[in-house]
Amino acid sequence: MRRALLLLAVLGLAGIGGGLALTAPDRVDPARLAGLTGDAARGEAVFRIAGCASCHAAPGADGEARLVLAGGLAFETDFGTFRAPNVSPSPKGIGGWSVEDLANAMLAGVSPDGAHYYPAFPYGSYAKMEPQEIADLHAYMMTLPPSDAESPPHELGFPFSIRRGIGLWKLLYLSPEPVIAVEGETLLRGRYLVEGPAHCGECHTARNALGGPDLSRWLAGGPNPDGKGRIPNLTPHETGLTWSAADIAEYLRSGFTPEYDVAGGSMADVVKNTATLSDADRAAIAAYLKALPPHPTER
Amino acid sequence: MTGKTTGKIVKLGLAALVAFSAGAAAAQDMDRAVKARKSLMTLYAHYLGTLGGMAKGEIAYDSAKAASAAASLAALSTADQSAMWPQGSDNASLGMDKTEALPVIWTTYPAIAEKGKAMAEAAANLSAVAGNDLAALQGAMGPVGASCGGCHKEFRQPKG
Repeated sequence: MRRALLLLAVLGLAGIGGGLALTAPDRVDPARLAGLTGDAARGEAVFRIAGCASCHAAPGADGEARLVLAGGLAFETDFGTFRAPNVSPSPKGIGGWSVEDLANAMLAGVSPDGAHYYPAFPYGSYAKMEPQEIADLHAYMMTLPPSDAESPPHELGFPFSIRRGIGLWKLLYLSPEPVIAVEGETLLRGRYLVEGPAHCGECHTARNALGGPDLSRWLAGGPNPDGKGRIPNLTPHETGLTWSAADIAEYLRSGFTPEYDVAGGSMADVVKNTATLSDADRAAIAAYLKALPPHPTER
Repeated sequence: MTGKTTGKIVKLGLAALVAFSAGAAAAQDMDRAVKARKSLMTLYAHYLGTLGGMAKGEIAYDSAKAASAAASLAALSTADQSAMWPQGSDNASLGMDKTEALPVIWTTYPAIAEKGKAMAEAAANLSAVAGNDLAALQGAMGPVGASCGGCHKEFRQPKG
């Protein structure tokens, strides 16, 4: 009996130890980041397609003010309220961050002091980005105006308030590997943009109870995680996105739908970003969406 | 029933009838205003269809047709809309099946008028260059779309 208890205790300790080891924040392998030099001009393009300002600009900011990444925008979700932090180059933001710090944040969801970020910050998508683009983005972000706004805290219920639990989420959902297998230069470029920096899947793929993307219905839409209504299905099913590739590219350039209605809601902000892409990149995104495995729209 | 009481009832009835027809007239005006602004959007879409078809490469670019469609769009964008947006013609008062216009249009006025002006400017710019060549047309379509989005993002009920 005593031996059985002892065994149980050992197993329990091993379980806790294993759990701690498994959920510990892992940084990016430094070898992936060695010798990178950022280019601010390229970084501006990355900044736009990654949509940084859409979340990190102060709520209601317009025009040039969208480059002051003071944070403060609130996201109401099933897990609680997340608030976008200050990521301007000031002591209250990311002032003093190295390329490695930004890469650890965006590719691994780990802060400079080694804590997990919540995946409301879409590093599940950014993890699929090239480290060079992170270095370029870093160079650009350091040229932006600083803000000394205090980052507001998240308001989350138990157990989501325990950051360590995010380690488990990462084990299940964080991967630099692409979601959909495609071939050819255009489709590979489209996949990179959609699955990586443009982080389309963060809204257009439904989430499960743990807040992970349902990869079996990749980009097939679902309930709006941050408000009313539903997020459209982007897959080329007859109940999904039936637009031509030219229609999709035009929508991403001007915001016009095939009926000459325009993007509304948060997609209007996204189109501001996709409007800055090259025609070739918009065509690549359209080609990738047309090549997706089709899924029916769930009602 | 005395004559006096009958007279009172008739008077009350008349008053109610007047009040009711005033309400009916207002509702009819409201419907007319909503119909007018929706028609204007349909007309925008008509000319944008020609311009967008060329921008997408679905219709061959034709300088004269492009210039004409863009000039028509620019003219429509300066139409007097003041009577198309009466107070209370929002989706909370009239219902979602009648209109998608949000009440915030009237509480933040003249914000929407500023956005309308931005659309007229973008359309005027498109009209100035649409006949030049396809690249000029494509380049000027984006700001028009963005200006449409300027109102639809803030002032229209999101779809879904």
